[in-house]
Amino acid sequence: MSCNPQDRPTPEHTHWARENRLFEIRREVERKGYVDAGILPITGAPFSMASPETGYYGVPLLKEPQWSWEIPPYFFVGGAAGSAAVIGAIAHWTGRDEQLARDCRLLAAGGAIASSALLISDLGCPARFLAMLRVFKPQSPMSVGAWTLAAFGTFSGAAAFAQIAAERFGLPVRILGNFAEVFSFAAGLPFSNYTGVLIGATAIPVWNENIHSLPIHFGMSGLNSAVGILELIGHENTALNTLGIGAAVVETLEGVNIEVSRKPAEEPLKRGTSGFITRLGGVLSGPVPLALRIAAAFAGSRRSKKLRKAAAISSVAGSMLTRVAWVHAGHVSARDWRLPLEIEQKKDWPAITRAGMPVSKIVKEA
Amino acid sequence: MSTTTAFFTDATLCIGCKACEVACKEWNGVSADGFNWTGNSYDNTGSVGHSTWRHVKFVEHSPEPGLGGNNADVVSWVFSSDVCKHCEKAGCLEACPTGAIVRTEFGGVFVQPDICNGCSYCVVACPFGVVQRNKEDGRAFKCTFCYDRQKVGLHPACSTACPTESIKFGPIEEMKLAAQERIEELQARGMDDACIYDPADTSVGGTHALFLLRGDPRQYNLPPHPEVPTIYNRAGWRSSAVAAGLLLFGSLFAFLGSAKR
Repeated sequence: MSCNPQDRPTPEHTHWARENRLFEIRREVERKGYVDAGILPITGAPFSMASPETGYYGVPLLKEPQWSWEIPPYFFVGGAAGSAAVIGAIAHWTGRDEQLARDCRLLAAGGAIASSALLISDLGCPARFLAMLRVFKPQSPMSVGAWTLAAFGTFSGAAAFAQIAAERFGLPVRILGNFAEVFSFAAGLPFSNYTGVLIGATAIPVWNENIHSLPIHFGMSGLNSAVGILELIGHENTALNTLGIGAAVVETLEGVNIEVSRKPAEEPLKRGTSGFITRLGGVLSGPVPLALRIAAAFAGSRRSKKLRKAAAISSVAGSMLTRVAWVHAGHVSARDWRLPLEIEQKKDWPAITRAGMPVSKIVKEA
Repeated sequence: MSTTTAFFTDATLCIGCKACEVACKEWNGVSADGFNWTGNSYDNTGSVGHSTWRHVKFVEHSPEPGLGGNNADVVSWVFSSDVCKHCEKAGCLEACPTGAIVRTEFGGVFVQPDICNGCSYCVVACPFGVVQRNKEDGRAFKCTFCYDRQKVGLHPACSTACPTESIKFGPIEEMKLAAQERIEELQARGMDDACIYDPADTSVGGTHALFLLRGDPRQYNLPPHPEVPTIYNRAGWRSSAVAAGLLLFGSLFAFLGSAKR
C-alpha cells in the first residue's frame, strides 16, 4: 500500500472488504466445519458461527483447572508418602525389616511436610489455608483430602519424631511412635490414592470418564514411586521387588485400558502433548519396570541390583510424568467444547491442544 | 410465602444492549475485562467468569428464516443474557472444602469472599463453567444473585437495568409460570422453535435461572445434560477402597512371603 493518504481506501471501502471477507469465512466454515490457514489469526477461530454443529463459536463451556505448578508434584509426593507409611507399618508389624520401617516413617513424614507446603502455596490465599479445616464435608473430595492430609501429617510426623527422639536422645517414646504409626497407616491408605477421586469427581470429561480406574491408577502409581524411592536409598528387600512387580502390572493394565478405549473424552490421553506425556509416563511406570524387575528376579546378584535400580528410576520418573500428564489432559479436555455440548466430532477437525485454540478469555487474562 | 427467587431470561426480548453486564459490574464493583475483538459476532466478552457475572451471547449463524428479528436473508441473530444458573444441586457448593460457598435464603448460591481461600476446586466442579478464580486476587468469584440487594427487598442489578424486561426476576413459582405462559404465547404465534432451558431432569435438579431460547440450546453454549460431579463420588471412593485394599494386602503378601532381615 502506498503511503500517500489519497490512495488509502475510504472507511466505506474497508468496511465492505471486511464484510466480504467475513462472508467468505462463513462459507468456508459451512462447507468444511472449520477454517484453514490463510486468514488472520482471529481470536475465537476456527468457528465464526454459533450453531448446533459448532457450539458457541467453539468457546469452551467449561473452565480450565486453575491449579498452579504445585499440584502434579503434590499428587506425586502424596502418593509416595501415603504408600510409604503403609509399607513401613507392615514391614514393622510383620517384623520383617526394621530398617525399612524406620526409613518409611521418615519418608512418610517428609512427604507429609512437602505435601502441605505444596498444597498451601497453590492456594489463592495461602494465609487462609486453615479455612479448609473449619468444616468437614464428606461430599467434597477436597474436604476429605484436606482432613486426611491433616491426620496423616500429624501422625506420620509424630511417628517420625518419636523415632528420632528414641534413637538420638534415648527418650522412652517408642510406644508413642508405635501408637502414632497405627493412625499414620490408617490415614496413609486413603492418602495414597484419594487424588484420583479428587480429580475424577469433577466436571472435566477426561477425568470423570475415568473415575472408576483413576484412584487405583494413582494409588498404584504412588506405590510404584514409594518402592522406587526406597530402593534408591539402598533398600534391597525382595518384598519391595514383589510390590514393584504388582504395581507395574496394574499400571500396564491401566495403560492398555486407556489405549483400547474409543471414547472421545479420552482423546487428550492419546493425542498431542498430553497424549505424549501420558504414554511416556505409562511406559516408564508399567512395562519398563515390569520387564526389568522380572529380569532382576532371574539375574545374578550383582546384575540384579543394577536392574532393580534402573526399574526404580523408571518407576519414579513414570509416576511423576503420569501426574503431569493427567493434569495436562484435564486442561485440554476442558477446552474441548464438543464434549459437554454432546456435539459429534467431525473426522477432519484438528486436535484440540492446550495452546492451540485461542479463545477470548485467554487473551483477556494475559 | 416462599422467599425462593429466580431469574427468567427471555432471549426473544433481548436486544443485546449489554446493560445487564454494565449494571452488574457497576453495582458489584467487578473489574474490567479489557477491550478485545473476538470475531464472534458482537460478543467480545466470551463467557461468564470471575469478572463477568452477566454475559450477553450473540448467537449468529447462517441464514435461517424466522430466527432473529433482522432480515432473515442476511443473517440469523439471537441474543441471550447468560448468568450463573444457581443450581438446585450446585457442583461448586458441593465441592467447596471451606464452606465458603453457601445457599442463601433466596435459593441462590453465594461465595462468601471472607472465607474462600482460593483452592479453585469449585472451578472444575461447575458443569456450566461459571465460577472462576481471579488470579490477582486469588479467590473465586461468580454472580452473587445480588444477595445484598435481595436482602433489602430490591431486584438484582441486571434485571433492574434491563430495558426490555428480557431479564425477569421474582419468586421461582411465578417465574416458572411466566415462562410457561410466554412459551404458549410464542407458539400460538407460530414460533415453534422456542423452548425453555431448565435442566430439571438431570442430577443438577433444576436451576434458579430459567432461559427461554430459540432453537438448540447447544448454540447458546448450554449443555444438554449437565451433571453435578457429586454423582461420581460413590464410584470414586469405591475405587479408592479397592486401591487401598491392593496396597494393604499386596504389602502383607510381599512381606510375609519375604525372609526376615
